Amino acid sequence: MTGTGRRIIVRRPGALTTVQDGGRPGLAHLGVPRSGALDRAAHARANRLVGNAPSMPVLETTLDGVSLRFTAGAVVAVTGAVAPVHIDGRPAGWSEPLPVGAGQTLEVGRAVRGVRSYVAVGGGVLVPSVLGSSSRDVLSGLGPAPLAAGDELGIGAHHGRFVPVDLAPYPLPPDGTAELVLWPGPRHDWLSDAGAATLAAGRWTVSPDSNRVALRLVGPPVQRSRHDELPSEGIVLGSVQSLPDGGLVVFLADHPTTGGYPVVAVVDPPSLDACAQARPGTVVSFRLR
Amino acid sequence: MMMQIRPAGPTALLVELADLDEVLALSAEVARRRAGGWAPELVDVVPGGRTLLLDGLADPAAVADQLAGWTVPPVPATAGELVEIACCYDGPDLADVAEQWGTTPEEVGQRHASMPHTVAFCGFSPGFAYLAGLDAAHAVSRRRTPRTMVPAGSVAVGGPYTGIYPRPSPGGWQLIGRTDAVLWDTDRDPAALLRPGCRVRFVPVSSVEQP
Repeated sequence: MTGTGRRIIVRRPGALTTVQDGGRPGLAHLGVPRSGALDRAAHARANRLVGNAPSMPVLETTLDGVSLRFTAGAVVAVTGAVAPVHIDGRPAGWSEPLPVGAGQTLEVGRAVRGVRSYVAVGGGVLVPSVLGSSSRDVLSGLGPAPLAAGDELGIGAHHGRFVPVDLAPYPLPPDGTAELVLWPGPRHDWLSDAGAATLAAGRWTVSPDSNRVALRLVGPPVQRSRHDELPSEGIVLGSVQSLPDGGLVVFLADHPTTGGYPVVAVVDPPSLDACAQARPGTVVSFRLR
Repeated sequence: MMMQIRPAGPTALLVELADLDEVLALSAEVARRRAGGWAPELVDVVPGGRTLLLDGLADPAAVADQLAGWTVPPVPATAGELVEIACCYDGPDLADVAEQWGTTPEEVGQRHASMPHTVAFCGFSPGFAYLAGLDAAHAVSRRRTPRTMVPAGSVAVGGPYTGIYPRPSPGGWQLIGRTDAVLWDTDRDPAALLRPGCRVRFVPVSSVEQP
């Protein structure tokens, strides 16, 4: 990406707005989390709407949106969590390409459904990259800091053909309940028969201390047949760990690369997008493959 | 080599092995085969204490079948890159460790430096390496109360491992010394000084620069 002199000035950063792209896969053996956009379908869709390659850097908001002033004209799109969108106070569309003029302000409001909205800008959000990615990894602090009021971000130049799509089909974020598809994890055999049955039939509630590292679930204890100490082992995205207190943790993009609690299941990649958008209080159930 | 191959979701396998030597041997074999074009879609190869994770496979079941037929040569003891770490053994937990080892605080550094260490795996934070090398008699318990802030460059022992904190962070291991080695630098390639398989020799010194 090369800069164009066009800039975005952050007026209201929101609770936690970060730059995210495809992350840093391939470095887990050095202890570097994968990171990248949590709702990968919404990330790709936002980019597609403005004619970007699907993994270009975008802004990921958390619950209460963001407000941005543009110093020059740009095309933007907001996807992911459903939220009111305004340009200079006038209502604008969600999940569609929007032209923003020089000096205008894009306001993404509080999410009415889902957690994380994605704001793509034609040409991409231009910030320094670390280890090949512009993503902020909240676990290890790699990548550009979360947005603060007054920050200025660059806008990249478009490369190749600009082929915006007017309509991109999408599933809506979960609303109150979410069913996640699970694969067996490497330590599925550490569950007792009762534990396996609980996992298949139980209901859990998303805890408010969930973040980009993990979706934390409170619910019935998942009984184990083994309680040995496990030497640290590599963890894949979507790993479901059974904790000693009976809770479950679903690891998201900024997860630690190794861990010592048994991974009893792995969330099917498409269901990770629902994990990214599940608000605290959402009731989660599992469907085992 | 007895491998127990466990599925880890739709695109990964967790291979369970007998010990660290087997983990390093399989890891080296995977690296050799990848260099020859095997499993080009593979994204991450992550060693653990007794496991190797292969993540990003198109067909994990097919790869599991292939692995079972592999002959994996052992890794010679001198195979890994040797990294020397200058260490000033003046940590605040020397007395605790000395008591667990049945020796004096002055002797802890000499003993620790006399043992050959190998990077088993990384984790906890970027560039944090778990160094195997303490024998069973020298495994140490963790601090009852973790420190909220451990300075960067602290050399610490916990369980059977030695670790060096790449950046200030909370930590529950026993601090035995300090180094000015730069463990993690994103402008360096590779960014991590200590990578799985590296051999590490601690060299006692009387002082180090503040990192």
